[in-house]
This record gives sequence, C-alpha cells and structure tokens, in this order.
Amino acid sequence: MLSRVADCLFWMTRYLERAENIARFIHVTQSISLGDAHNPDGQWSSLIFANGDTKQYEELYRTYTRRNVLEFLIFNRQNPNSIMSSLLKARENARTIREVISVAMWESINRFYLRVREAEQHADEILKNPSQFLDRVKRSSHQMIGAMEATMSHGEAWNFAQMGRLLERADMTSRILDVKYFILLPKASQVGSTYDIVQWSALLESSSALLMYRKVYGRIEPKNVAEFLLLDRHFPRSVRYCIATTRASLHSIIQDSQHVMAHQPASEQNDPEYLLAQVDQQLSDLSIEDVIRQGLHQFVDDIQTKVSDIGQAIYHAYFELSPIQEQIQSQITESGASTQTQKQS
Amino acid sequence: MKPDYACDGVYDEFFSATSQPRYPDLAHSLDIMTPGSLKKRQQTAEELLHERGITFAVYGHSDGNEKIWPFDVLPRVITSTDWEMMHSGLIQRIRALNLFLDDVYSDGKIMKDGVVPAELVFSAKTFRKQCMGFRPPQGVWTHITGTDLIRHTDGQIYVLEDNLRCPSGVSYVLANRDLMKFVLPEIFSGTSIAPVEEYPERLLQTLQQTAPSDVENDGPVCVLLTPGIYNSAYFEHCFLAQQMGIELVTGPDLVIDGGYVKMRTTHGLKRVDVIYRRIDDDFIDPLAFRADSALGVPGLMEVYRKGNVTIANAPGTGVADDKAVYAYVPRIIEYYLSEEAILPNVPTYLCSEPDSMKYVLEHLEELVVKPTNESGGYGILMGPMSTAAEREKTAAEVKANPRNFIAQPMLNLSTVPTIAGDDVRPRHVDLRPFILYGKEFYILPGGLTRVALKEGSMIVNSSQGGGSKDTWVLT
Repeated sequence: MLSRVADCLFWMTRYLERAENIARFIHVTQSISLGDAHNPDGQWSSLIFANGDTKQYEELYRTYTRRNVLEFLIFNRQNPNSIMSSLLKARENARTIREVISVAMWESINRFYLRVREAEQHADEILKNPSQFLDRVKRSSHQMIGAMEATMSHGEAWNFAQMGRLLERADMTSRILDVKYFILLPKASQVGSTYDIVQWSALLESSSALLMYRKVYGRIEPKNVAEFLLLDRHFPRSVRYCIATTRASLHSIIQDSQHVMAHQPASEQNDPEYLLAQVDQQLSDLSIEDVIRQGLHQFVDDIQTKVSDIGQAIYHAYFELSPIQEQIQSQITESGASTQTQKQS
Repeated sequence: MKPDYACDGVYDEFFSATSQPRYPDLAHSLDIMTPGSLKKRQQTAEELLHERGITFAVYGHSDGNEKIWPFDVLPRVITSTDWEMMHSGLIQRIRALNLFLDDVYSDGKIMKDGVVPAELVFSAKTFRKQCMGFRPPQGVWTHITGTDLIRHTDGQIYVLEDNLRCPSGVSYVLANRDLMKFVLPEIFSGTSIAPVEEYPERLLQTLQQTAPSDVENDGPVCVLLTPGIYNSAYFEHCFLAQQMGIELVTGPDLVIDGGYVKMRTTHGLKRVDVIYRRIDDDFIDPLAFRADSALGVPGLMEVYRKGNVTIANAPGTGVADDKAVYAYVPRIIEYYLSEEAILPNVPTYLCSEPDSMKYVLEHLEELVVKPTNESGGYGILMGPMSTAAEREKTAAEVKANPRNFIAQPMLNLSTVPTIAGDDVRPRHVDLRPFILYGKEFYILPGGLTRVALKEGSMIVNSSQGGGSKDTWVLT
C-alpha cells in the first residue's frame, strides 16, 4: 500500500486512542480528587505533569485549577493533545484515506468528531461535570474499534492501524500508572489504608481494569496493580499485551511483503522488528519485583522512550518519503541518470 | 402536491402546461404522503449527509468548512423517449469531438478544409502544443465527459457546455440514489427506473481498456490522482477510488523511475499503468506545464508521450470545450460523421463573423456575451440584467477584439417540483449526464440534476445556493 496511506492509518488510530486515554486520565483524577477536600486542585496539576504537557499548559494558563486543566485537556485546540485536537487530527487522517477504510469506520469516526464538536458548544456545562461526556468519548472510541475489527480486512492496512493504536495505548497505560506515583507517593504512610485502596481502584477503573484485575488477584495490592497494568499477558490495555500485539502486526506485514520494506533499516537500532522483539522479550522476562527494584518511575520512563523509538523506526522503514524525493529531484537535474529506489541510509 | 404550484412561461418537468402530472404513478405516491412527512424525510436526508460526511468544499483547513451539498428528496424524472434521444445525441457528439481532437493534434484536416478556423483552435488557452503528433491508446481522448444539458421553454433539450477535462459530480448521483432508497423507499413502488449503481465498475473497465499495451502480469494498475484533501471535489475522488478499489494518490506519491510511473508503497516502488487524473493539464507535470505546480509529477508527460502510461482524460482535450470551438460542434459532427447533430447547441453568435457581430451589438440587452477563452464565469455580460455602461464597455471590447467573444440568447431553464420550507415549488434545474468512452460507450442513465434552490434563480452551482436531486430515467 502507499506509504502515505500507511502513515495516515497509523496516526488515525493513534489519535483516536489518545482521545480515549485522555478521557481515562481525567476520569481517574476526577475519582481520586473527589473527597480530597484538603487539596482540591493538587491532583489536577499532577495530571499535567504526568502527561508531559507542563510547558504547553503554562503558556496558556496561570494557575492549575480543575476547570483550567479540564479545558486544556478536553477542548483547547492550542493543546495538540486535547481530546478536540486529537479528534480533528484523527478525522483529517481518516478523511485523507477515506477510500481505504470501511464505510462503517469512516462514519463512526465522523460521528465521533461531530459529537465532540457539538459538545464544544456546551463547553461550560461539560467542564462542570464531564463524566457523561467522557463516557461518551470512550464509547465512541470503542465503537470505532469494533467497526474496524468487524468491517475491515485484517490485512496490511489494518495492521498499520493496529500498530498505531497499540503503541499509543502502551504509552498511555504506562503514563496512567505514572499518575499514581505523582499522586500517591507523598503519602507513603497511607499505604494499605482504606483511602489508598479507593485510589488504586480508581486507577484500575480508569483502565477498565478493575474487574479483570479482581479475577486474577482478588485483593488490591499496589504491587499487583502495577504488575497487572505493565506485565499481564492477556489484558488488552497492559503494556506487555500492547507490545506483543504490535509485534504480531508488524510480523504479519513483514511476512506478507516477503520481508521488503520501503527503506531497509541500516542497523538493529533502526529496525522496528528488532526493537519490538527486544521490548517484548524484556516485558515477558521481567517480574514486578525486578521493576520495583529498578524503580517504577524509571521503568515507565524507559518504556516510553522505547515506544517512541519503535514509532520512529516504523516511520523510517515504511512511511518516510523524503529520501526518494531527493533522489528524484537530483535525477531531474542530472536528466536521465538511473535511480536507485531503495535508499540505504 | 400543492394545487397552487404555478409554473408560468417555463417548461416544468413534472407538470404539463395544463397542470396535469406527467407521471401519474409517482404523483400518486407523493400525494398520499402528508406534507409534514415529506419535510421529515427531507430532514432525515440532511442528517444522513452530515453523518456520512458527503461534503463538497473545504477552504483553508482543519474543520468547519466542509459543506454538505443540499439534497432535495423530490426526484427529477426523464422519460425513456427523451433519454434515448439524449443518449444517441451524446454518443454522436463525443465520438465527433474525439475525432476532432485526433485531427487537431495531427494533420489538422478540418482546419485545412476551412471548417474550423485554425487560428481559433491554436489561440485557445487549452490547446497544448506538447500533445502534437501524439495519439492516446485506442484514440480515446475523453474517457469521461460530463456534458451540461438544459431544457428551454420550447421543450427542446440543448447542450450548454461540453466538459471534457475533469467533470465532477458523479459521486453525488450515486450517493443521491442510495440516500433516496434509504429515506423514501415507498415512492419507488410502481415505477421502473434505470439503475445507476454500475458506474464504478464501468469506469474501471474504461480505464483498463485504455491501458498501454505492455502492462505487467497482473493486468493494468489504475490509480486516481487527486490534488488532495483541500480540493472541493475530494469527497468524490475518495468515493470513486474506493468504489473501484484502486489507489487514491497525490503527486508526491508518484515518481518516474526507469521510464515508467511508479507509486511509493510500504514495500518499495510499484508500476502504474493508468492515471485517472482529477488535476488540470496545467498542474500535472511541472516540467511540461506550469513549473510552480506542486500537485503533479515531474517527468510524467515524457513517460506519457512514450506510451508507457495512460492519462485519463488525455492532456489537451480542453481545446474541444473552448467556448468558441463549441459554436462549431454541429459543423464538427457533420464534418466527421456526415450526420446532423441530434442535440442542438444553444444558438451562438461568433463575433468573429461580421453579420453575427452586427446582430450581437444591436441586441446586447437580450443576449449573454461570453469571452471565449475565459472560464469560471469571468467577463460575462448578462444582457437583460446589465446597465447601459456595462453594455457600452462590452461593445467596445467586442469591437476591439471580435474573435474573443461569443453571444447566446438567455435561455430559461426548466423547473422541477422542489421542497421549499413547508411547500413544494418549481425550481430551475440543469442536467449533467456522464459519458464513458473506452472500447465502447457507456452513459450513466440520467446523470446529475442540479437545482437552484432560490426562487427564480437559474444559478445551479453548489457554491451559489444550488442543490441536487436524484434523477430517474424511466424504463
């Protein structure tokens, strides 16, 4: 398929997943902050820290109030990662490749976008109580995932879309876990208290993970929660599951194309297949005790760097257009010189 | 239908001069619906257009500027007799225009024989000297044509314009039919209508039939070349590519490699045999035409001239839909086919002919004067609505450069019952049938009916308050 189209597919699902996860982020913060009358706005600032949006935020707002943070994350179009911005970009990508995705997928993305735009008209109301709106965002995202699962051939295009979504999800799940660190670490004395359990439950709930967690572990233990979200083999939002499934999608793309990429990676460090195999292996070998010994925050940081490297490697191997473009330009000026189409960078 | 529906002095497509419905079965299906119910269906149709994202224009970017094209649920009906006449008239016209293009870009016999003045042809802005001496595969220049037809008060159907370059609108024909079946299924009952759904299949067939002879094993690879997401017809480009199952490409997706056009895929370069381009000649190759074009593919014309890729429609077809050449089409038909034109032109006065110029200058108040080499309505004088000063200015221009002007009488477009608020009112329409030409001809039954939604308006353009209707050819 066209490199440009693959690129759009990858980012279309990535932005949709981002919108869903921002909704989840807000949801967990909302749950944790309700009932914490001592520090009503404290939770909201850590949400921005965990998301890595501090600089962007502080350019736009002076204080970390609940309302400001919500507006920044939901509707602000100057925040490139807001739900609104994510939807705009997801739809723009979908519109660009409308001929590749199924009609059901296009309609579900278009409807999703129209809903959020409509909500923008009642922003004040929604910022007061965003719960229902956030639920709708999650539902719309699931509907699109369902449409994609059920109506699009599970071939190359589908696999590129899968990879975009799953890499985004791996990144976001790790960040949601990180929120916990920002919020709960200062209160180490409360570990094991009722208060703590409420918060950990909220965290699990935000990943729709509470009931699935209960089936595996029963009682809530911070260590187990981290294990579940990072290392569980079967839970579809765990980092390990996302990485393993991304790897499977890439594998299927490589198989179907007899191992030909648009640009063969120059080294292992640029090879998406190698990088994915490495992280996948790491996540299946590690125990949660290893992770905690290493420091959860450092581990999560490291995972995020690797996810970003994998995204870069996929881009260079499959989407990038500029190297050929340069050659073509020089071919034109040199008039008629033969071209080498596979650029070895 | 409302009893006070009046259509004085205009041909109405639904009611005869004595206010009797021309299609009693359809009139009955509509009559048994309450006005409220019809209005509700109309609203449902509009909601669906939004949800399906069937849009026509985007200015700037991000969002908010795509508009849905208003759709009116009352269909426009064409009898089988009228359709047969249009069908044979269009085939005759397109056949002759293709022979004309073949001739213009080779021997120029028609000009040597003095039927069409050579200077008129060579001075057309759309004449492409880069195409001289080249004959496209199968001699097909206009793979896809969208001819604009109108019906005047006299009941006669006229050709208003031949759109031989990148005619658009066919996606709305298909979308409209689909929408109609969804929102108003009951009015189809008792009426037998020619299907439109096979168009994408026929289009793909046409493209494949005109591929270069030496294609690789799996048969010809066809693509649709679009200027991109901000083009007003982007929805249509996506729609057609999707319906045909071919790649939708932009200029930067294509490169020239080893004398062929190739597209950049996730697995490297892949050869392309047929390009259905929705980009004007000017922009398809910055090396051959406009150097500042970023939409096209540098070197494309060289590959084309070697016969290694088919471009549909062929570059250079614009010369045959130039407004001055238009006036010669009946003579062109007679010259190549020895037949009289089945579909008449709108009477056209060429100011380059002294008698005609005299007539035009004496009747400026009744005529529409158009520059021959301009497009997009630029420089048109609408006589009946003009001021004395405007007429003076135009008269001076015509006298200074008679060859640059033509004039036509103002024609009254026919009307069709259309929903206007709570009522049903006559609104003016035109018709754009789509003609495919590969190994043989195929004409999509009916075509696109555009309707001017404002009362009395004859401007059917989507940008100026126009909408569209489903078009039924009875069988």
